[in-house]
Amino acid sequence: MDMSVFILILALLAIGVSGYVFCRFRAVASAGGNQRALHSLPSYHGWHGFIMGFLPGIGVLTLWLIAQPFVIEGNMGRFFDPALFESDTERTLLMADVRRVAAGLDVAVTKGALTDEQAARIRTEFGSVRDRLAAVGVALGAEVTPQVLQAAQSYRQQIATGAIWRTILTLGVAGVALIAAIRLTSADFRARNRVEAVILGLLILASTIAILTTVGIVLSMLSETIRFSSMYPIGDFFFGLTWQPNFQGDSDLGLLPLLWGTLYISFVSMVVAVPLGLFTAIYLAEYAGPKVRAVVKPLIEVIAGIPTVVFGLFALITVGPILRDWIAMPTGLGSSGSSVMTAGIVIGILNIPFISSLADDIINAVPQSLRDGSYGLGATRSETIREVVLPAALPGIVGAVLLAASRAIGETMIVTMGAGAAAKLDLNPFEAMTTITVKIVSQLTGDTEFNSPETLVAFALGMTLFVITLGLNIFALYIVRKYREQYE
Amino acid sequence: MTDAAAPKSLLVQDTRTRRRNTAEARFQAYGIVAISISLGMLAIMLWTIFSDGVSAFRQTTFSFPVTLEAERLDPNGNRNRDEMAKVTTIGYTNLLNASLKAHLEVRGISFEGVDDKGIAAFISRDTPARVRDMVLANPAMIGQTVTVSGFTTGRIDGYFKGRVTRETAAVDTNISAAQLDLADRLAEAGIMRTGFNWQFFTNPDASDQRPEAAGLGVAIIGSAYMMILVAIFVLPIGVAASIYLEEFAPKNRWTDLIEVNISNLAAVPSIVFGILGLAVFINFAAFPQSSPLVGALVLTLMTLPTIIIATRAAIRAVPPSIRDAALGVGASKMQMVFHHVLPLAAPGILTGTILGLASALGETAPLLLIGMVAFVANYPAGPFEGGFLDPASALPVQVYSWASRADPAFIERSSGAIIVLLAFLLVMNILAIVLRRRFERRW
Repeated sequence: MDMSVFILILALLAIGVSGYVFCRFRAVASAGGNQRALHSLPSYHGWHGFIMGFLPGIGVLTLWLIAQPFVIEGNMGRFFDPALFESDTERTLLMADVRRVAAGLDVAVTKGALTDEQAARIRTEFGSVRDRLAAVGVALGAEVTPQVLQAAQSYRQQIATGAIWRTILTLGVAGVALIAAIRLTSADFRARNRVEAVILGLLILASTIAILTTVGIVLSMLSETIRFSSMYPIGDFFFGLTWQPNFQGDSDLGLLPLLWGTLYISFVSMVVAVPLGLFTAIYLAEYAGPKVRAVVKPLIEVIAGIPTVVFGLFALITVGPILRDWIAMPTGLGSSGSSVMTAGIVIGILNIPFISSLADDIINAVPQSLRDGSYGLGATRSETIREVVLPAALPGIVGAVLLAASRAIGETMIVTMGAGAAAKLDLNPFEAMTTITVKIVSQLTGDTEFNSPETLVAFALGMTLFVITLGLNIFALYIVRKYREQYE
Repeated sequence: MTDAAAPKSLLVQDTRTRRRNTAEARFQAYGIVAISISLGMLAIMLWTIFSDGVSAFRQTTFSFPVTLEAERLDPNGNRNRDEMAKVTTIGYTNLLNASLKAHLEVRGISFEGVDDKGIAAFISRDTPARVRDMVLANPAMIGQTVTVSGFTTGRIDGYFKGRVTRETAAVDTNISAAQLDLADRLAEAGIMRTGFNWQFFTNPDASDQRPEAAGLGVAIIGSAYMMILVAIFVLPIGVAASIYLEEFAPKNRWTDLIEVNISNLAAVPSIVFGILGLAVFINFAAFPQSSPLVGALVLTLMTLPTIIIATRAAIRAVPPSIRDAALGVGASKMQMVFHHVLPLAAPGILTGTILGLASALGETAPLLLIGMVAFVANYPAGPFEGGFLDPASALPVQVYSWASRADPAFIERSSGAIIVLLAFLLVMNILAIVLRRRFERRW
């Protein structure tokens, strides 16, 4: 955001404050100083003035800032070959060039190497623009073509005109709205209702951000996945058995090895987490006295508060080497510290508190009368738990297990640090394997260009992950709702 | 009559009862075993991290006199900064190495079995650059004898902390037993000492060859910036959304959709938010990569559902009688919410927000995608000078990037960074608990 926009916002704030003062004053004056004669409290009149002075102006400014880049980019078309400009990637590159040269000219002007006049007139025929810009410390990759230079000059021109019109329009709208607010103000004016309507609007806007986030997630991944499918056959992606990205092109980007690794590791983690979590919950809910519970429950929940990267380091430096040296090497099953077992066990530990606290709540929700009935028939505590409490709590527990599975599938740091990077379709749990999330990280970190299938495949992977976890979550909610026992 | 079974004493359990009672004891034991395994794993994890990490807070430094010889550092002899800048750090490295050797000879410390290269391996590559900057800033120093202090290299430092031993040195080509003997003598002579390492908190990250100089400065600043921004973004939005959903929203399909959305977003894997941030904030809106602003936006979207859920619970806990009383004396609905409900719910909202921020502080995966894993050696500018847009790192990301380096000395740094991170988390959680205890009201 450049300086002028910042000053403009400050100006709008000033207009708003003056609106507050004027409207409040006018309202009190119109009632002859008798505040009880007003419909709304004076401060509501003041806030009405502020809103009218500030909000329309900031709205116009926002719209302008969003629209301007699109309009200017559209105007750039006349400098370039239309065929070139039609293609998405070419246009992005050209526009990046134009922006860089324009920014270079800006720097040259602020440093005094060029006057504004010269910057607007400089031509490639008079010598290398690149060298002149390099002299003031602006490094350009390649020599500037005449088209790009002209486009850049026009770009600067349009930005400058845009800034002037932006200021005029914003301040104009704010001024008109302010005058309207002052004229509206009178003792009978229902200022409170209008202010409250605006506040309600803001509240609604805030609550739609959750929706916008979901829409943003789906749209951003969907559009990049569609771009990916135009470069790489989508059938090969979903059913390919090999994953071999190659940044020179000619990659094999098959999903199945990654999906297999993900599911295998999640399975191992569930084998660890479900029994440990469930028995922890059963003990805490049914056997432990209040004192034990007050100590153990928070301690178990400490596990949930530890960042996953800590678990990742634990997998990398402790669990991995122990499994390798004590189990994998002696039995000859593998020689790598990173393995399905390493990542699975550590994710399992991470998920224990998740399962145990959900299951604890569910078991506690089973009414005491069911237990009493069972004890009355002569059942022991464990028989009661197995035959009465758990069946009653089953839908909730299944829901909790599904949610934990979805967390295991989406877990990133532990698998990045503990599972390895080799995409394999293998049954041996002591081999290094890799997951969807690991590959999303590895394809998108570092210097990446967003027009190769090797990068875009990460978005397709993200989409797959999103669909799987969302499906599991919805299925979990469905099970809980459908089979929930009502005990009232 | 009664059947033929032998009369049973009530005091002697029959086999079936015994079996059932053992099953009972076994079942209870399963629970105890499960809890012990869980807590045992937690204890092992924390213990390994702490035992690996505490040594990061101590560091071995050396100090010895160095004569800043004019013929080496200013060959033309006219103290011109531009000419002096032609002497690279290699020149300074040679000077430091020669000075250390000379100092050993003066003090009569034997360096038998250690060649020049072996002596040079004591001084961190960080030091010559620092001395060079110092000299270039003040050319009048040339010719004087100054005491230069700095870090020793990672292997020597590791020897004093017990990470490097004579056994590991035997298989390590980077260090020899003779060097370790010399290190012992240097420590005895007071040339090297191990002390608390403040620079671990203030230094920026350092390259692969200089683990001893790597610090958390940039990461702590980056995390602090992000937490400030997340708090600024998430608190108003979260509170506004919760107020609407709890107090104003009509029951219709649209609000149902919002509700389902919030609970689903809370369960979306965090890396998906990273993809969103990359696509929307970096590729589309063209915000700078690795900047705390983008990190904060991503973390805001990620923590928003959690905060909304906590805030709604706090608002719901305010009893309806308060609302009725406010409406009864003529307050509008908006006045009722902002004058009565919100102040009463504030402690609960604050507690929930702090816990949400704590979970955001430890989040790593989405930050990897928006480029915060990049090597950042410069401190970001102050918050009012555009520092929110400068590249920065973050504490959990620094843990990851150190853990993925080759030198084992970085594992110590990584664990040390975790200790710092856990300390921050502990403070935030205690703050939340204290707030809850202090202001919690029962109606």
